[in-house]
Amino acid sequence: MNDLFTPPPSAPAASGTTERGNNAPALSVSEISNSIKRELETRFDRVRVRGEISGFKQAASGHMYMSLKDDNAVLSVICWRGVASKLSIRPQDGLEVIVTGRITSYPGRSNYQIVIESMELAGEGALLKLLEERKRMLAGEGLFAEERKHRIPFLPEVIGVVTSPTGAVIRDIMHRLSDRFPRRVLVWPVLVQGDGAAEQIARAIEGFNKLPLTGPVPRPDVLIVARGGGSLEDLWAFNEEVVVRAAANSAIPLISAVGHETDTTLIDFASDRRAPTPTAAAEMAVPVRADLIGENQEIGRRIYAGANRLLGERKMQLEALARGLPDPRRLIEEKTQRLDDRAERMRNAVRGYLRNQTAQLSEISARLPHPKQQILLASHQLDSLKERMTVSLGQILPKRQQEFDRLDAARRMQAATGLRLERSVTALQSLDRVLESVSYKNVLKRGFSVVRGDDGAVLAADQISDGMHLNIEFANDRSVAAVAGSDKGPLVPPGGASGKSGSKPKKKPGASGEAAQGSLL
Amino acid sequence: MTDVSQSKTSPADIKKMSFEEALAELKTIVGRLEQGEGKLDEAIEAYDRGAKLKAHCESKLREAQEKIEKITMGPDGEPRTEPFEVA
Repeated sequence: MNDLFTPPPSAPAASGTTERGNNAPALSVSEISNSIKRELETRFDRVRVRGEISGFKQAASGHMYMSLKDDNAVLSVICWRGVASKLSIRPQDGLEVIVTGRITSYPGRSNYQIVIESMELAGEGALLKLLEERKRMLAGEGLFAEERKHRIPFLPEVIGVVTSPTGAVIRDIMHRLSDRFPRRVLVWPVLVQGDGAAEQIARAIEGFNKLPLTGPVPRPDVLIVARGGGSLEDLWAFNEEVVVRAAANSAIPLISAVGHETDTTLIDFASDRRAPTPTAAAEMAVPVRADLIGENQEIGRRIYAGANRLLGERKMQLEALARGLPDPRRLIEEKTQRLDDRAERMRNAVRGYLRNQTAQLSEISARLPHPKQQILLASHQLDSLKERMTVSLGQILPKRQQEFDRLDAARRMQAATGLRLERSVTALQSLDRVLESVSYKNVLKRGFSVVRGDDGAVLAADQISDGMHLNIEFANDRSVAAVAGSDKGPLVPPGGASGKSGSKPKKKPGASGEAAQGSLL
Repeated sequence: MTDVSQSKTSPADIKKMSFEEALAELKTIVGRLEQGEGKLDEAIEAYDRGAKLKAHCESKLREAQEKIEKITMGPDGEPRTEPFEVA
């Protein structure tokens, strides 16, 4: 170890190593232990170590303790809880791993150890490799095949247990069995580890199978092969070929319960069922008696209730149907009554019908008139018509005469003609009055006069020349004058008046017209 | 219904039945009765057999005495049993 430790300058041990003598100061155990601890922790602050895990256990605190080993050496390993929960693999005995951590010491026990921070798989350990090869071989023979498995009986009469007669395993099994369903148990005591263990176990399994069905020793209905927890090496007997073959060939259903839940041995593949613990094997072997008693009682209740209800339902159906069956006597009575009723109604109906018809007949015949009456009535009507005709004829002639008289044609025609003549005369007279009122003679009355030439034409002033004879007309007289030459001027007005009076002479024919008209009247 | 007719001729078959077999048949009978179907006389027979099965199951449950023995080899090499006390 000396080469491992290069004494640090500050170490108190430095002076002691070079000079051996009584004067050398003695170090206390704690001093040197702590010095070693410091030294280790400084020197192997972070190392990687490869080895096979052995003796793994996890404390209740969660910390993990195990060893790493190779052919020649062993190294204690600690994995604190915080790191343990984060490990990428679950440590297991036989596993070849590489851990990373720091070396430290435990002065209390003069131990050194590695506190790891990580763990990785290094490969199969030698044993595991062997195990794997054997497993492959046996699986290749079909020993682990599903179709070889037997069903575990629901309620075995006898249970055969192959295990160590001492220790917790048989106690756990018996305890759990009596809790659930006390049974007859045959224990075949065997060594479960060490030399000859595998052979004993195999022989026990075969021995149970060889027991005759009817013999002094009852043949178990189920077998439990059990062992408590241990290292891979401890459990190795259950990986041996003889044991695996015996389990696979067992005609009696076999439950294996070897080690803890995490331990898997080859017998577990060959058994019909694998229990994680011996206690669990007992649970698989028997049901809970109290539950079964309860279930049986419940079934008994149900079967009674079911049968009862069935009978009750049938009875009710029968009663219901019986109620539905009518009393035949009542059936006839009712029919008889209905018949009587109908007969009565029929008789009444016939009578009523006849009565009704008779009444109708008499009513109709009453309304039928006698022929004599009809003839009389007709002749009355005829007479009346005749009379009305005569009356009408007598009335029509005077009426027409009256109408004619009322017309008064001759008188009205005469009157109409006279009236028209009268109206014409009146119109003519009024026209004449109008004519007179506009005659030039009225102008003459106011002092004017009309000058005419010889030819009788009215002259204008510029037509008058010297020596001309002028006929001058006055209101009530006419005179002839000759023009003795003079100024034309004063003569102009009579000329103008003669222009106006040009139409006046025509009045005279008008007057003669009046006379003609008068004669017409 | 064949098992019902069997029950009339050989009720002994029940005695040979395991608890599990008897319980399974009992459950079948109960289910049938509870459905309320089938003929009345068949139902009555089923009830009769169900009652026997139940009694059989009860007797199986009753015989629950604990007994633990150890296998030992006799001088003739044949296995024998002797009482065993759990340590």
